[in-house]
Amino acid sequence: MIESYVPAVSTYASSIDNLFTLIFGLVGFWLILSEVVFFGLIWKFRAKDGVKTRYITGEEKHQKRWITWPHLLVLVCDVFIIVGAVRVWYDVKQNLPPAQETVRVIGQQWAWTFEHPGLDGKLGTADDIAKVNELHVKVDTLYHYKLEALDVLHSFSVPVFRLKQDAIPGRTITGWFEATQTGEYGIQCAEICGIGHGLMGARIFIESPEAHAAWLAKESPLTLTAMDTPAVED
Amino acid sequence: MSATPIATGRSTSGIPTGRLAVWWVIASEIVIFGGLLISYIMHRLAHGNWAEQAAHTSTWVGAFNTLVLLSSSLSAVLGHKAADAGDGKKAAKMLYITAFGALTFVCVKAAEWTFEISHGYTITSSTFWSFYYTAAGLHALHVIAGAIIMLIVAQAAKRNQHLNRVELIGLYWHFVDLVWIFLFPLLYIAK
Amino acid sequence: MAEAAVPALHDEQHHEQSFGQKYLWSTDHKMIAMQYLFTGMLMALVGGFMAYAFRMQLAFPGMDVPFYGIVSASEYNALVTNHGTIMIFWVAMPVLLAAFGNFLIPLMIGCDDMVFPKVNRLSYQIFLLSAVVILGSLFVEGGGFAGAWTAYPPLSAKAEYSQTPLGSSLWLVAVALEFVAFLLGGINFITTTMNSRAPGMKFYDIPMVVWMIVIASVLFLVSVGPLIAGAMMLFMDQNVGTAFYDPDRGGDPILWQHLFWFFGHPEVYVVMLPAVGITADVICVFARKKLFAYKTVLYTAFGTGVLSFTVWAHHQFIAGIDPRMAHIFTVTTLLISIPIAEMIFVYIATLYGGSIRLTTPMLWALAFIAEFLIGGVTGIFLGASGADIYLHDTYFVLAHFHYMFYPIAIIGTFAGIAHWFPKMFGRMMNETLGKIHFWLTVIPFNVIFIPLFILGLAGQHRRIYDYTNFPELAIQPLQDLRVLATVALLVMLGAQLIFLYNFFSSMFKGKKAGKNPWNATTLEWTTESPPPHGNWAELPTVYRGPYEYGNPDREDDYWPQNEPV
Repeated sequence: MIESYVPAVSTYASSIDNLFTLIFGLVGFWLILSEVVFFGLIWKFRAKDGVKTRYITGEEKHQKRWITWPHLLVLVCDVFIIVGAVRVWYDVKQNLPPAQETVRVIGQQWAWTFEHPGLDGKLGTADDIAKVNELHVKVDTLYHYKLEALDVLHSFSVPVFRLKQDAIPGRTITGWFEATQTGEYGIQCAEICGIGHGLMGARIFIESPEAHAAWLAKESPLTLTAMDTPAVED
Repeated sequence: MSATPIATGRSTSGIPTGRLAVWWVIASEIVIFGGLLISYIMHRLAHGNWAEQAAHTSTWVGAFNTLVLLSSSLSAVLGHKAADAGDGKKAAKMLYITAFGALTFVCVKAAEWTFEISHGYTITSSTFWSFYYTAAGLHALHVIAGAIIMLIVAQAAKRNQHLNRVELIGLYWHFVDLVWIFLFPLLYIAK
Repeated sequence: MAEAAVPALHDEQHHEQSFGQKYLWSTDHKMIAMQYLFTGMLMALVGGFMAYAFRMQLAFPGMDVPFYGIVSASEYNALVTNHGTIMIFWVAMPVLLAAFGNFLIPLMIGCDDMVFPKVNRLSYQIFLLSAVVILGSLFVEGGGFAGAWTAYPPLSAKAEYSQTPLGSSLWLVAVALEFVAFLLGGINFITTTMNSRAPGMKFYDIPMVVWMIVIASVLFLVSVGPLIAGAMMLFMDQNVGTAFYDPDRGGDPILWQHLFWFFGHPEVYVVMLPAVGITADVICVFARKKLFAYKTVLYTAFGTGVLSFTVWAHHQFIAGIDPRMAHIFTVTTLLISIPIAEMIFVYIATLYGGSIRLTTPMLWALAFIAEFLIGGVTGIFLGASGADIYLHDTYFVLAHFHYMFYPIAIIGTFAGIAHWFPKMFGRMMNETLGKIHFWLTVIPFNVIFIPLFILGLAGQHRRIYDYTNFPELAIQPLQDLRVLATVALLVMLGAQLIFLYNFFSSMFKGKKAGKNPWNATTLEWTTESPPPHGNWAELPTVYRGPYEYGNPDREDDYWPQNEPV
């Protein structure tokens, strides 16, 4: 359902979408059933001349059953949803598969800085490429992001990945994603961070390995040549 | 409009209304102090280096103040006994002693804080000191408020009026005491 | 214990009160109720106006909004912040808890006033002060606080980040004063209900609305303490230079979140329970039926209250808490849906076998159930941690909680006002106007918020003043939804003029109501409308439960609580 509004472009996006659909089916059933019974009873028991109301305490077992059984069934549905939620959450937030690439994501009032490893393939070295409001990643590659905030709380949100993580000043939070499709999509800040919160949109560019390498070469400082940098590992 | 409603005199629960209300007030205060102290404990557990800062509080001064408060709770209890027996004059005297204990507590604290601040341990020195002054300060405000109410109750008790209120302010006072029983180890002993 | 069942103060004061004594510094619970009600209604106009301004900006970005002006980025944030804060603390709570609580409790339990009338008066005065402070905070230099009603530090703690140094602190002071007012009021409610009931009124004879208000008061009392502590710490960070929440100096911003939501989640039940209670009473009267499984309703209310303390971190799934904690909170959050679902099922069951009259109060009470169901089920999506990863901070959250708060604070309130107006003012409201107002409020409400669910699914995030900066969100179909929601809001706001006209004109020119225009069973309907000072010449005694409708031992289809056997 979400996918009809926003493309699903990460390996876990569809599991989140499926969880949403599962919940939609279950709660939708209960919502419609309850509303139908509710409106049905209003219609059936509308005031009619000469018809007296029934004196029902609801304390007898055979009366209570009408409440107890539905609410046990609701509990069963809840268990299904809990299991689904726990699995998705574990997959996205608790489990951290090994990284093929790493990027650093830094939020501040009011822009995103994305630090990409340079030609040496390592993050945290002199040839890192820092871009403001532009994140470039390779498709089908498992990335770790190291999320930081310089001042107040921000939140790194990539709707097409179905990814969101708050950034806390004083901490580095690690998460992961793997893009499944090339393209250019939106990044948002999902935690109110002051006057410029509405200006913190950024773009993510998901590129084929070749396109990404070309971008890397274009962005790398001119003083570094192919001879100065060690061989890039695949 | 200033006559007491019949509602106030009823006691469907069996507990006199004034006492019931004071218990609820105490309940609300427990969660306020509880929230503050739990925040303090969580902070301390997360930051081991607080022991260095905590070392600078004076355990002796804290212990003396603890003694003062405990004694004042004793006089509050004696006041309650006197009020129950209908002896308003004695109840008032006990309340004055309790209030004097409160005064002693506050003066000692003022001296303590003056000493600490003049030695550079202010509320912004570190998070330990922020909690120290906030928690002890909030407690001290309750001590002062309690003492003021106590004096008002004592004035009426002297004339054998509203003797039931002696028990009520006593209850509140025990609570203030109890908060200190928690504060003392947390701020003065855990080093 | 022999007691005079005749209130001593009944006659003397009645003719001697000055305007000030009667209206301004009264200690009479009914007058204090009116003070809370009118203040709450006034603040609702303020909160509603703020919604108008920011929704106009969203529908027509950059426009000069009539009666407001241009909504800048910083003003937008201040508007949404104060809209939320005002609606919860200065509308929902004073009306549902303080106004109905003050008016109904002594009348429904059969006594002459609250146990501490002067403390009651003090609670309103502190509340009024808090309202003045929050309104004042909007006009100081730098403007009103703009860090969302959740006020997360470091944004809320440091002026260099928020750029509203005065506004931030005044906002905090206003909220703290409001907390004190409601603590005082709540203690009055709890103690009065525990101790001052009419002879013969046992626990299960207490009307559900009174139970709900008392449980809500207890819930508030127990949950607000940690936030009061947290607010003190935030105030000190703002003004004294402490670093409770400053990560650069050993503090922790997440501590605030825990303290806030530990209160924040029970708080939604604090406002929900009175609305649910009002609904119970109204349904029984107009379906002419005994409440189905009264004890079950009561126990689910207790259960919900207790469980409400175990779910708070579902607001913080994405906040950087230990991921393992999320599992616990998903379980507790989904489990809390059980007692609430049970409560709704019981209300629906109450309709079975009834004789339903669709008067204005009944329409509101039924609408509460129909709309609350939608809000409740949408909460499941958010409580499921895996789904919340996507839905957090989107308009899906916003639409969910408006489908909770709106039924609670608006629909529930209108149900209560329509039902007890005759008792409060001695006159009937106009039924035709009431029904027109009902439909023009409820239908547009859905047209405002269903588009917002869709916008949330489309990834629209919260607290953004202009979506034209976000290409995927700026597309025409989504902008059309924003316009649709705003137009519906305009219709809904306009319809409130019908209510205001009905309310005030009926107060002076409505048909006289008599003691019991609805043929209801509870004690408030056994005295004059409006009740005199002291409520009854002779306080009542109770002989049965509060919902004896359709009892086969009776010819009438209702059996008042105070009628001797």
